[in-house]
Amino acid sequence: MMDFGFKLSKSSTIDLTDVKTDRFEQLCKQEPGARVCIGCGSCSASCPAASLSGMSMRKVLLAMQRGQDVRPMLRNCMLCGKCTMVCPRGLNTRNIILNICRQYD
Amino acid sequence: MILEGRQKIWSDYQKDIPDDHWYYVRSCIRQNFFPASERMFTHIVKDVLGKDLYETPHHTTCGGIAYHCDTIPQETAMTIVARQFALMTEAGYENYCPSCITSFGNYIEILETWQEFPELEAKIRENLWKACRREFNKPKYLAHSSDLIYHWRGEIAKRAKKLLVNVETGEPLRVVEHIGCHYAKMFPSKGVGGAEYPCVLAGMIESWGGQVIDYPERRHCCGYGFRQYHVKANRGYSLSNTHKKFESMEPYHPDLIITNCPGCPYFLDRWQYVIACQTGKTYGENGHGIPVLTYEELAGLVLGYDPWDLGLQLHQVAVEPLLQKMGVEFDPAAKYLGLDKEDLIKPELPSSIKCY
Amino acid sequence: MNHNIVIIGGGIAGMEAAKALLALGHTPILIESKPYLGGHVAKWHKLFPDMSSATELVEKLRKDITAANIFLSTDVISMNRLASGWTLKLSNGIVINASAILVSTGFKLFEASKKEEYGYGVYENVITNSDLEAWFNGESDWRIPQNPKTIGFVHCVGSRDLKACNGQCSKVCCATAIKQAIEIKERFPFAKVYCFYMDLRLFGKKYEDFYVNAQRDYGVQFIRGRVSEVGETIDHRLQVKAEDTLSGKPLKLQLDMLVLMAGIVNNPSIRSISAMSGLETDSDGFLRSSDNEYGVVESGQPGIYFAGACTGPKTVPETVAEARSAALQIHSYIKKLA
Repeated sequence: MMDFGFKLSKSSTIDLTDVKTDRFEQLCKQEPGARVCIGCGSCSASCPAASLSGMSMRKVLLAMQRGQDVRPMLRNCMLCGKCTMVCPRGLNTRNIILNICRQYD
Repeated sequence: MILEGRQKIWSDYQKDIPDDHWYYVRSCIRQNFFPASERMFTHIVKDVLGKDLYETPHHTTCGGIAYHCDTIPQETAMTIVARQFALMTEAGYENYCPSCITSFGNYIEILETWQEFPELEAKIRENLWKACRREFNKPKYLAHSSDLIYHWRGEIAKRAKKLLVNVETGEPLRVVEHIGCHYAKMFPSKGVGGAEYPCVLAGMIESWGGQVIDYPERRHCCGYGFRQYHVKANRGYSLSNTHKKFESMEPYHPDLIITNCPGCPYFLDRWQYVIACQTGKTYGENGHGIPVLTYEELAGLVLGYDPWDLGLQLHQVAVEPLLQKMGVEFDPAAKYLGLDKEDLIKPELPSSIKCY
Repeated sequence: MNHNIVIIGGGIAGMEAAKALLALGHTPILIESKPYLGGHVAKWHKLFPDMSSATELVEKLRKDITAANIFLSTDVISMNRLASGWTLKLSNGIVINASAILVSTGFKLFEASKKEEYGYGVYENVITNSDLEAWFNGESDWRIPQNPKTIGFVHCVGSRDLKACNGQCSKVCCATAIKQAIEIKERFPFAKVYCFYMDLRLFGKKYEDFYVNAQRDYGVQFIRGRVSEVGETIDHRLQVKAEDTLSGKPLKLQLDMLVLMAGIVNNPSIRSISAMSGLETDSDGFLRSSDNEYGVVESGQPGIYFAGACTGPKTVPETVAEARSAALQIHSYIKKLA
């Protein structure tokens, strides 16, 4: 391939048309509350892993709805339970995390 | 698409385009990229249609390229433009016609700014007087040269020797129209047809027998993007935007792309070669690219001029498939002969995209 | 002495006020420019948050006010101030001396085609909230596909939008979008439904429950990002562009149908009313109340009162409450005259 000194850049655009959300749908069967996240960020704000590793419960739920693999982020969760405690919409984040992990067992 | 809906928008965005007496200013770069386009424009307007079109060799850049690359402040650009208006005033004209889309946008932006901030206009008048002892009137009408061809599209159609129709199948050619960003995105009301569904080029295509393609990324920038191209570290962004457009138009199998901007046809044309080199993909038929023409070149073909006199041999993407579809006669052996039949020497042809 | 009370506008505000005035012993004169009563609500299908029938509400009100003098397809063509009260000339030639006037001229739906980038009237499967309600009410609409797989809603079309010359929030569209998304899911249970929003303003009683309901029980997806552009794909689907602001990335999505939540704009008829009567309009183009906290139904002019969306976007319960409040104030005003 000829080297022009520049090349096509990868687009960051999310094409939602073809996104597969089977894992999220499966999660919602076990934990319907997963749908009601409003992205307020309380979970990530108080997460002991967030500032160090990029773990964010908010991002995990969003990423699942965008068809992305959330395992790298979830590996940083220590199941301390703080996100469950602060969530204003009562999401059972602990159960959500465990159910996501089970999908990959 | 509901054509009546588009028609309604078109009728909302019409502008007054006087039929005669235009002061014409050329683009900085178009004569290098598309050497016959502006020549063909002046020929059509003056010789074919018999209109008065005036040009002066004292005209310079409008400063638009430098302004949009962030290398000169707006006041400098304004003073340069004030001098162009002074040249128009001295020549006794009041209808101003730039050939460049960025110039067109630059002129409108400056006139609108002066409208809102008259004190700035006064200051620029003072700058101009101090710099070169000139004074100016603002143009009464400002139209891009594509607006003029749009205005006279019917006159051109009456004189047409070739149409945008496939001579073998009788089907209209499928044409992508691409409008320069600075034509109407900044001031939608100043463009024929507005910014979302411009009809300046679509009107020409339909008048000359072609079919306009509406594809999802139709309104997207060609990819030039000034600093996205001029700063080499960003050049991949320029290429990627163009690539996005080609991917989006590909399923429609366009026969042709026409544009009304200096940069767009250049990048839509040249980047097809780069994309072919980097990805192996071509967007035309049988390894060809999709020919990209300026509207003046297309008007020239419609009026029956020799494609090599229109400078189509300077395009990266081979225009021969288009010429064959339109039934334009051409001499392949004359492609690289100059005006005086001097051999310009056939360039080395790429292997990634089919050229002749 | 018999005092005439004229109500200009026979939407639910005018109807409810007429009902309240009848109960207080008056016989109001109700003037409606359209050939039917009930205004926008008469064309609506269901009301949020209880999903009660809009047409039934209008029908009930209509039966309640048969004793009023009702002029349909009638406009006020002139208003002249008298020493006390007003003389109104109607388009049907009738002249009325009124002691009190209630302006309840309502709102106009934003013309969605003005947001050209959304392609209303240009792309086949783009409709408005109002078109969808008409379809829910049984009207046929060729723009709505037989079996749409993916449906989008765009919030704030022509609201909170300086480019649309309409800076204010239309207040009801967030809840309406949620309501319509639920109704669409009931009709097309296998469709994916997306709501594109800038902010969700779910301020009213039970609106939040409604929102949770849409998310959890109907799987409606909410994307925080305003649609910037709509195009058409080769197979005549719609392609929308937005930013998925929560992931900070541009997003595109193909849809079979797009519903634009056209906002509430002021009714142009208030311009002629304000010109004839000297009533002022506020910076948002709606009629100016004497104040926006304590005197929303008062015009500041003796004998002239407001109810409903003529002073700004209102929900149904707000409109009804204002109509009753204005009726009571008119009653006290008339009593003082007598």
